[in-house]
Amino acid sequence: MIEHAFLVGFSKSFGLFYLIALSIAVVIYAMKPSNKKQFDEAAQSIFRDEAGPWR
Amino acid sequence: MIAQLTLTERQHAIMISAAVAVLGALMILVGQDDAMSIHGVLVFVASAIMIFRIGGSYYAPLPSDDRLAHYYDDPSKVGIVLSMIWVVVGLAVGDWVAWQLVNPDLTFGPGWSSFGRLRPVHTTSVIFGFGGNALIATSFYVLQRTSRARLPDQVSPWFVLYGYNLFCLLAVTGYLMGVTQSKEYAEPEWYNDFWLVVVWVTYFVIYLRTLARRKEPHIYVSNWYYMAFILVVAILHIVNNLAVPISLGHTKSYSAFSGVQDAMTQWWYGHNAVAFFLTAGFLGMMYYFLPMRAGRPIYSYRMSIISFWGITFFYMWAGSHHLHYTALPQWVQTLGMTFSLMLLIPSWASAGNVLLTLNGAWDKVRDDATLRFMMVAGVFYGLTTFEGSFMAIRTVNSLSHYTDWTVGHVHAGALGWVAMITFGSIYASVPWLWKRQQMYSPKLVEAHFWLALAGTVIYVFAMWNSGIVQGLMWRTYTESGTLAYSFVDTLVAMHPYYIARAVGGLLFLIGGCIGAYNIWKTIRISGAAAEQASDVPQPAVVGAGTLQPAE
Repeated sequence: MIEHAFLVGFSKSFGLFYLIALSIAVVIYAMKPSNKKQFDEAAQSIFRDEAGPWR
Repeated sequence: MIAQLTLTERQHAIMISAAVAVLGALMILVGQDDAMSIHGVLVFVASAIMIFRIGGSYYAPLPSDDRLAHYYDDPSKVGIVLSMIWVVVGLAVGDWVAWQLVNPDLTFGPGWSSFGRLRPVHTTSVIFGFGGNALIATSFYVLQRTSRARLPDQVSPWFVLYGYNLFCLLAVTGYLMGVTQSKEYAEPEWYNDFWLVVVWVTYFVIYLRTLARRKEPHIYVSNWYYMAFILVVAILHIVNNLAVPISLGHTKSYSAFSGVQDAMTQWWYGHNAVAFFLTAGFLGMMYYFLPMRAGRPIYSYRMSIISFWGITFFYMWAGSHHLHYTALPQWVQTLGMTFSLMLLIPSWASAGNVLLTLNGAWDKVRDDATLRFMMVAGVFYGLTTFEGSFMAIRTVNSLSHYTDWTVGHVHAGALGWVAMITFGSIYASVPWLWKRQQMYSPKLVEAHFWLALAGTVIYVFAMWNSGIVQGLMWRTYTESGTLAYSFVDTLVAMHPYYIARAVGGLLFLIGGCIGAYNIWKTIRISGAAAEQASDVPQPAVVGAGTLQPAE
């Protein structure tokens, strides 16, 4: 049986670290200078003029 | 529309409808003496109509391969029409229950017209009927264009759309008969929940299959939001609805959880329904339709990525703020409160992205009511997320909880953010979908905008006043330490605000009706087609129809 105290301990230790690690990873991915070109292109991609699906 | 289907697709559609008809017949058989048999009849009749409709066009000429050179937009068109039908019904019932709170006698007498049964009809119609159909319709639209790929087949999108509407129909008719598992926003009973799982998994599979066929290497941010919406709603729905029916022939079931665990599961579901149904999906809508309509790319694509992951991981933990001062352990309450406060960062990143994208295009916002709908949606999104984080603080919650402040907060989000971004996206996409130059009447769009805005502001201010008055009266003590006001005293104090709220709701309803009329007329204009033959959405012609030559 899983004890209440175990769950509290787990969420207060592992929960804290994996969420902080994820936050850092996301910020690095988003702000990495080498990704800038890709993101700028993505933002523009919806305007690209074409008449239907590419086949 | 059936003429678009290939012969095998027509056969598949008939087989699926027949299978559903068999399910309906089984429900009639096993559900005698229970509301389930009535639902069985509904399911059977709905599938029989489908079979006859497909059968009637079974020998229609087969479609040419030209169809593959275009996006498959028929489900999106039908989805938008269904969405507008649901919004008119949902808002009308909502305003009816608002007047019932002013005058409790405004029922027809029998149980079905009582507040307790009509209120979930209102919430399900507007959230799932209006919002859900709009999300399905726009997600198919955006998915195809941002992936530059056509939907993988022509049957599964219809299964999702019609199957989902069958779910909504069973839900609202069930409430009127008293069929509910009494979990807020998860009222439908076990058999309907099963059905939604089948529909929803199909929806997700369509999304993945289309993305797998995409020709654009990068998956545009809207698709991330739409996918989070579909995936997380599936998880929430399945876990929160774990229940054991009393028998296969009865509508009634009992939750697999009990006590405070049940409450926590319900509000983990409930708040994430706000997060992933009412926020993530509509942010997906916003990140496509706002840049398209404004004719400028999103201000910061990076910020949209950070706010996506922020929303996805923070919201999951915020639900316990619905259970402050309950039997829920204190540390879980604190966890929910803390994550609710952290949520302000990704929320304001998105709201800021809306306003910064429009910065420099305010002339378009002034002239174009459609874009103004989206701008106001962004503002209300920012306001509501701030208010929500604030209300999640335990001490603030001690004043606001169980009062009308909560109702005001929900409607600031639902009317101000969700409905406004949806109307904006629908007004943008209807001319694109039906290949029209513009809406039938830009003036009516303008009228709808001002009615919607006035209605929302009146509603929200009335409920702020009412809620805070109510909360303060509940906690006012006399010198001898007894409560200063009785419950009835608070009702008398709230009465004027209830009238104001119902008037605000009425304005919003009139706006919705005008919108439905305008969209219907746009669809029915004949001969205007063909001018805009491509599938490419056109950015708004600034001021089209709104500015007179003399101006």
